[in-house]
Amino acid sequence: MTPDLIYGLTGIAVFAIGLTGALCAQDRLRRVLALKLCSLGAGFLLVVAAWREPPAAPDPVPHALVITGIVVMISATAVALALIRRLQSLEAEDDD
Amino acid sequence: MTIDAMTLTLFLPLFGAMAAFVLPRAATGIGLVTVLATCGAVWLLALEVLKAGAVITPLGGWEAPLGIALRADGLSLAMLAMTSGVGLLVSLGALNALRDLRQRQYFWPLWLLLLTGMNGVYLGTDIFNLYVMIEVIALAAVGLTVLSGTKEALRAGLEYMYASILGALLFLMGVGFVYLHLGRLDFAGLLEAEPSGALSAALALMLVGLLLKTALFPLHFWLPAAHANATAPASALLSGLVVKAALYIFLRLTTYMPLPDEILVTLIGALGAGAVLWGGVQALRAERLKLLVAWSTVVQIGLIFIAFARAGQVGLTESWKAAALLILAHGVAKAAMFLAAGRIKDELGHDIIRDLDKSNIRPTLAQFTFALAAISIIGLPPSLGFIGKWTLMEGAMAAGYWHWVVVTMIGTLLSVAYFSRVFAGFLRFDRVRAPVGEHQGWALADVAPLTLAIASISLGLMAAPILSFLELGYALGVMP
Repeated sequence: MTPDLIYGLTGIAVFAIGLTGALCAQDRLRRVLALKLCSLGAGFLLVVAAWREPPAAPDPVPHALVITGIVVMISATAVALALIRRLQSLEAEDDD
Repeated sequence: MTIDAMTLTLFLPLFGAMAAFVLPRAATGIGLVTVLATCGAVWLLALEVLKAGAVITPLGGWEAPLGIALRADGLSLAMLAMTSGVGLLVSLGALNALRDLRQRQYFWPLWLLLLTGMNGVYLGTDIFNLYVMIEVIALAAVGLTVLSGTKEALRAGLEYMYASILGALLFLMGVGFVYLHLGRLDFAGLLEAEPSGALSAALALMLVGLLLKTALFPLHFWLPAAHANATAPASALLSGLVVKAALYIFLRLTTYMPLPDEILVTLIGALGAGAVLWGGVQALRAERLKLLVAWSTVVQIGLIFIAFARAGQVGLTESWKAAALLILAHGVAKAAMFLAAGRIKDELGHDIIRDLDKSNIRPTLAQFTFALAAISIIGLPPSLGFIGKWTLMEGAMAAGYWHWVVVTMIGTLLSVAYFSRVFAGFLRFDRVRAPVGEHQGWALADVAPLTLAIASISLGLMAAPILSFLELGYALGVMP
């Protein structure tokens, strides 16, 4: 087992866990977290794509991609959380 | 550094979006000017493509695979032209449709951001860039969905958000696989790559993600509620334009990374058939006008995928043109239809189909617009929708795939049936004892949807130039 294989499989497993959560979870917040797991798994895979046998330097391109992916996911999470909060306060008003 | 039309197409709406957000009081003016300027940039780009075939601009002078290159050919330009043209008319429609100050302030930045994302998709040449752009589109589109601020819209918007982000992440996972395998992400790299199991898996991930984003049956679950509950201009943008971005990427990817098996092409067509039948039945059952229109989008998306699969794997070299024609036809007609539905709802105060004939107000021009758009969506001559459907069936017949012809016919009948429910409400005058002609709700706001509807019919007369334009730069052939 080489490190890239171990990390690669871990990435795929994390993505799969996230995917299951995103499809099956009921709770709104849980689904957001599941989606974040998915993005983590995909990021993992890209980092593995950057890995080279030690004396060689890692490939910088996937690192740049992962950083972009993180920024995208942060904005997406922020929007999702804002939506959930707004929806919750609207539903709370109805209950009163 | 010179600024060319292609860079402007991408950056004008981006800077416009920022300006409209920073200066909310001037948002409407900034928005209109930006959309108009983007139309101009697309026009200049069209002239270049007409002259040279395909135009390529490496951003900042960096060549691919390290840099980001923009590329425009016939297909991408047709999509750009549809986006900016429909976008301009929807913008004009939005002037009247958005009464709330808050809605007006947020509509413009979101819509311009959406335009940036879509233009980026149509000009992008590497799959990571496409991922970023579809996320930009997703965020802006969710914002537009929830613009009305009602609880239903928020629920639908959140559901849309989950589906959209999940679709984008599946796509990203595929991108990761491609990089792991090839070490590059540009279209040229994909085209050169030898087909292999790993690449097929990557392609499968990306395609499933795209199908989720474009709402192909059975992944359409988020679409009807999201499109039906948004405000009218937002619905027009979401249904007419946004779903087309993922469809376009689908067309591109399947060209550069051919589908490995005939069964997959058939499967895609079968899902399309499912969409046509299920969507048709749901549209027959819908109680509200906007929900009916949203279900008809599900049907039309299915039809586009049938067009894609109409002649199997060998026919893909021609089938994409039928799909592209249907994409353009639906984009124009559906935007007109949603704007008209919004106008009808504004005038009557509701959009319950059963009660359409119980009001003594008759928004006749909006009803006429709705009917014209329906002609294109049903596919009656001489509309662009007719040409698209005809191309679909012609190719299927030539290839001997009669089952696709049958499904298309059934879909057409279903669409006549569900639109007839609406027309019946438009035409019956006997339910209300009000003097006819007294409450004809006409307004300047009807001009934008009417123009779109007339375009959806008359563009059918220009089908031959449109088809030859689509082929410029060998859009889906070998990339130079």
